[in-house]
Amino acid sequence: MKFESLTAFFYMDGHGIYIWAAYGLTLVILAANVWFPLIARRNIIRAEKSAVLKAMNRKL
Amino acid sequence: MKFGRMKSHRRNRLLLIVFIVCAAGGATTFALFALNENINLFYSPDQIAQGEAPVGKTIRAGGMVQDDSVTRTGEGLGVSFVISDMKSAQVTVEFEGILPDMFREGQGVIALGQLNSEGVFVAEEVLAKHDENYMPPEVAAALEEAHESGVDTGQKAGYE
Amino acid sequence: MLNWFHRLGSPKTFFEISGRWQVPLLSLAVLMLAGGAAWALLFVPPDYQQGNSVRIMYIHVPAAILAQSGYVMMAGAAAVFLIWRIKLADVAVKCVAPLGASITFLALVTGAIWGKPTWGTWWVWDARLTSTLVLFFLYIGVIALRSAMDRQAGVGRACAILALVGVVNLPVIKYSVDWWYSLHQPASFSLTEKPSMPIEMWLPLLVMVIAYYLFFFSVWMMRIRNEILVREKNTDWVKQWLAVR
Repeated sequence: MKFESLTAFFYMDGHGIYIWAAYGLTLVILAANVWFPLIARRNIIRAEKSAVLKAMNRKL
Repeated sequence: MKFGRMKSHRRNRLLLIVFIVCAAGGATTFALFALNENINLFYSPDQIAQGEAPVGKTIRAGGMVQDDSVTRTGEGLGVSFVISDMKSAQVTVEFEGILPDMFREGQGVIALGQLNSEGVFVAEEVLAKHDENYMPPEVAAALEEAHESGVDTGQKAGYE
Repeated sequence: MLNWFHRLGSPKTFFEISGRWQVPLLSLAVLMLAGGAAWALLFVPPDYQQGNSVRIMYIHVPAAILAQSGYVMMAGAAAVFLIWRIKLADVAVKCVAPLGASITFLALVTGAIWGKPTWGTWWVWDARLTSTLVLFFLYIGVIALRSAMDRQAGVGRACAILALVGVVNLPVIKYSVDWWYSLHQPASFSLTEKPSMPIEMWLPLLVMVIAYYLFFFSVWMMRIRNEILVREKNTDWVKQWLAVR
C-alpha cells in the first residue's frame, strides 16, 4: 500500500481529482460497452420471438 | 494462405486494395512533406538561434531548462530562465505567471509567446514536457547519487 | 488453415463457438481490469516527477494502444470482406467501429485529464494528439457512412474501403513523436524494447494492456453475435436457438 490513510488515497497529493475523474470515465465507458450489447440482445430476442409467434398465429 | 493458388478475381481485388492503400499513403506522404515544418509544435533553441523563427509572431519554443538559470525578475511572479538543446544553442525566456507543477531545472518545457528583437522569448504560457521514463522517487534519488559520482545514466534524452 | 478460415466464416459456426467463449472471456477481462486498476491505484509507486498522476497512465496507455490496434483489426476485417466477400467480416467491421470509437474517445479524454497536471494544459494541436483525433473521426466516419447508406447495395464495400484508406493514419500516429517536435512523449510501453520504467511500474501496465485486449475481444464478440441474430433471423438454426430462450 502506498497510502497511509483513506483521505490520502482520495486526495493523492492534489492529483486525486484528475485520477478519479479518469478512472470514473473509464468505468463508465467500459460498462456502457457491456451494457449496450446486452440490452440490444434482449431486445432482439424479444422482437424475433414475437415475430415468430405472430407468424404462427396467422397460420392457425 | 497461398496467393499463387488464389482465384484470379480475388487476386485482382487484393491488388486493387493494395493500390488504394498505396495511393492514399502516397497522397498523405506528400501532404505531410509539404506541411512538415508547420506540424512541428515548437521551434528548437537551435532553430531560434539560427534565426529560423519569426520575430514578433506568436510561436512556441521548446527545450531543456538549463541548470541554475531560473531567476526571479521583479516583484511578482516574473521569472526568467534559459532553454537549451543540451548542446550549444540557448534562448532566454521571460515569463510572468504560474509555472506548471512539473517545471524544474533540467526538465523539458514548451513556451508559447513571441520572440522580441533582442532575441529574448517573451512567454505567455509555459507547458512542461516530460519524457517516457518513469521511476519511483527512491530510484530517481539513487540515480542522482550515481550521477554525481560520475556514472552516466543516459536519462533526459529527447532534445538532440 | 483456409478450411478453418471458411468454417469460422460461417455465422452459425461462429455463433456456436463464441457462445462457449463469451462468458469466460468477459469474466477474465473484468477480473484483470479490476485487479490491474487496484494494483495501479494502491501499490504502484508514484513517479519521481509526476507524483500520483502517473496512475492515469494505466488506463490511458492501454486505451491508446487499443484505439490503434482496433483500427488495424477493423481494416484487416475490411480487407477480408473485400477480397473473399465473407459476410461475417462485414459484420465484424460494422461491430468494431462503435467500440473503437469509444476506446479512442477514452484515450483522448484520459490523455487530456493526464495532460492538465503534467503538461499544464488539456490539449495542444501537436502531431500525436491531432492524429489521434483524426483516428476518432475515422471511426465516426465508418459508423456514419454505414448509417447513411443503410440497407443499400454496396454499403459493406463502401465502409470497407473507407476503413482501408484510413490505415494511412496509423503510421502517422505511431511515428508522429519521432518525425516532429511534439508535446507528447514517445511510447511508454513496448513488448520489443527495453521497458522505460522499473518492473514494479511496468508489470501492472502489462496486465492492463492484456485486460483491455480481452475486454475488447469479448465486447466485439457480443456485438457480432447480436448482428448475426438479426441478419440470420430467417434461418432454421436461429429459430431453433430462439425457441429455447
